[in-house]
Amino acid sequence: MSKVIQNGRIVSSDWQIVTVAEGEEAAAVAIPAGRVIVPLAAWLARRDELAARGDVGVWFASNEGPEALAADIARMPVIAVNFPKFVDGRGYSTAVLLRTRYGYTGQLIAFGDVLRQQFNYLSRCGFDTLQPREGRYSDAELDAAVANLNDYTEPYQASVLHPQPMFRRIARAGAKA
Amino acid sequence: MYRYDAYDQKLVDERVAQFRDQMRRHLAGELSDDEFRPVRLQNGLYIQRHAPMYRISIPYGHLASRQLRKLAYLARTYDKGYVHFTTRQNVQFNWSPLEVIPEMCAELAKVEMHSIQTSGNCIRNFTSDPFAGVAGDEHIDPRPWAEILRQWATFHPEFAYLPRKFKIAVNGATEDRAVIQVHDIGLDLKKNEAGEIGFRILVGGGLGRTPIIGREIESFIPWQHIITYCEAILRVYNRYGRRDNSFKARIKILVSALGIDEFRWQVREEWAHIKDGPNTLTVEEVHRVADFFEDPSYENLLADDAGYHHHIAEDLAFASWVKRNVRAHKKPGYASAVLSLKKPGVAPGDITSDQLDLVADWADRFSFGEARVTHEQNLVLADVKQSELFTLWQLARKAGLATPNIGLLTDIICCPGGDFCSLANAKSIPIAAAIQERFDDLDYLHDIGDIEINISGCMNACGHHHVGHIGILGVDKNGEEWYQVTIGGSQGNSAAIGKVIGPSFARAEMADVISEIIETYIEERHEDELFIDTVRRIGLEPFKARVYAERQPHKKVANV
Ligand code: HEM
Ligand code: SF4
Repeated sequence: MSKVIQNGRIVSSDWQIVTVAEGEEAAAVAIPAGRVIVPLAAWLARRDELAARGDVGVWFASNEGPEALAADIARMPVIAVNFPKFVDGRGYSTAVLLRTRYGYTGQLIAFGDVLRQQFNYLSRCGFDTLQPREGRYSDAELDAAVANLNDYTEPYQASVLHPQPMFRRIARAGAKA
Repeated sequence: MYRYDAYDQKLVDERVAQFRDQMRRHLAGELSDDEFRPVRLQNGLYIQRHAPMYRISIPYGHLASRQLRKLAYLARTYDKGYVHFTTRQNVQFNWSPLEVIPEMCAELAKVEMHSIQTSGNCIRNFTSDPFAGVAGDEHIDPRPWAEILRQWATFHPEFAYLPRKFKIAVNGATEDRAVIQVHDIGLDLKKNEAGEIGFRILVGGGLGRTPIIGREIESFIPWQHIITYCEAILRVYNRYGRRDNSFKARIKILVSALGIDEFRWQVREEWAHIKDGPNTLTVEEVHRVADFFEDPSYENLLADDAGYHHHIAEDLAFASWVKRNVRAHKKPGYASAVLSLKKPGVAPGDITSDQLDLVADWADRFSFGEARVTHEQNLVLADVKQSELFTLWQLARKAGLATPNIGLLTDIICCPGGDFCSLANAKSIPIAAAIQERFDDLDYLHDIGDIEINISGCMNACGHHHVGHIGILGVDKNGEEWYQVTIGGSQGNSAAIGKVIGPSFARAEMADVISEIIETYIEERHEDELFIDTVRRIGLEPFKARVYAERQPHKKVANV
């Protein structure tokens, strides 16, 4: 079980993320029993079989967007977004769209190259669960990293976490104050 | 000028704390070079030839005197006693050791400054007209809008890991002095027929490897929607911009690949979802920010100060400074003075701590405590009384900041190049120096008149060489430094990308080459015709013919 930060607390996640090996067909990948998160392609190829299980979530690769899952988003028990490299920022937009356009309110996991310096941005974009790569952080580091969720406590712009921008959220003093 | 409230200050302070911790972890080996890289870049820290290069943000180029003094102090304490102003109105330190950067960062925060997003694949500093608020041809002050957008972009959680860097410029005057046509987004403030304020929006302009003039995506977006519209552009770019090849990752490549019509369609599609949402601007917020940019308490003065005109008539040197370095002001009896950072022998854009302190003093004494940075890498005191220009000039002259060459051939835009930058193909500062040395006769310079020479040490184009009337680009040929010359580029309303005149030149030839180009112009020009106009009229051929006539052409460098 992986250690993750969920809603600001370190917990063990029992969701198993099914990954696709080099050369393997995502649609044909072996899907074990239990709580699993499968690649989008697998879901799309075997939707009826997987939907019937009720314990299957979907993960998006960084070049995939919520559009492809639209009809099923509301019923997902969990959705995850892969960050193959932390510099690949497409997953932030994926999260924002899931939360704001597709009305997804369930658990949303960022996994892969998920680093402390991104925690604040990731959570503001709507990820409630951050799953750094296995072994990336020691327990002590992960403990300390929880604080990074709050790197910026009162940001300017609207986001999933702050639906109103600062200029609507706070009465700010002006030049003449 | 905008002043921080507790919320602005808190964000900057939080950044200092965050960066301090990141640096500590990096030095302790917890944060690898690879992971530290984007962290330090988003905080303006490059690792360069000699030391880290530390870039500090100057939003739309505005500086208060206490900020100037802080820069002077930092350069003295942590660097070699000078700083470098850049073509994006920012300032750079070249020699500060890594470990002291968090300390510098903390010092900056004390005067409402920071280095947030001055580098890295994120939304960079907003640039604008250095004469904003004082120019006669301004219809709308761009600064409140630049500040509002600055706040929107600062620590934007969705757009911190874009495919590539993203630069936005805002203009509000008839003449574009913010080079909006070569920015990822260029915003042009205007009023519609009903007199309402809004923006003409250009997208996909940029220099670098693939120079492109921005294209119009919207002819008028009402001001309320500017944040949501920009957000729509950024989201489309973040999702669909290329990430497989960093040379093809700028938004201009996406816009070119899709075509502007398809790109517009995608942006509007995205915008339809967020338009009128919470990010829609309110009148209250615009007023709150605009209040910071109200006119200072100008005196009511005569349009022409007698003493000032007396000095012009009496003192040729002063007159020639006034002619080149003083600009008309919207307010009678006032003027804007440009302090040249292009003294021959000094690297363009460089200024020492002592000079910075003096500029701060003059800002306090003559110009309501403020100065501005131009993208041509000079400083401006925007609000000086005509009656005080003579005193200012005398002081500036003593300090080496009154070279009367603004807009002249020696007012060269130049990147740090091979002397500092590890990406350079060639040095650029020695080329600027050689040209300045060659053209040391002031009368001749004035006779040549307005001309812009821009120099970059590699195709990243930090020196804007594509839009120089004469552009010089450092190229590498079998490990040797060569220089390619373009003619006919220009910035402003009629922005254009210059054309290569032919095979590149060795460093030692460059001053001669520029002389030959200038001689050709002098021979060919019509009375009162500017260099760029002559080029537009007669084309490249006469220049080429002259430059290559007596020169054994060197083998052409492929595709650079
Ligand atoms: C010395 C360290 C510097 C490094 C490593 C550096 C690096 C780069 C790179 C890689 C690009 C190209 C980006 C792209 O096209 O995607 C670029 C562009 C640019 N840089 Fe620098 N730069 C440095 C210093 C400067 C300085 C000192 C200035 C101002 C004088 C500057 C101004 C610019 C500008 C205006 C561009 C924009 C070109 C465009 O529109 O694409 N840079 N820089
Ligand atoms: S143009 Fe090239 S050499 Fe000059 S500063 Fe930019 S990256 Fe360095």
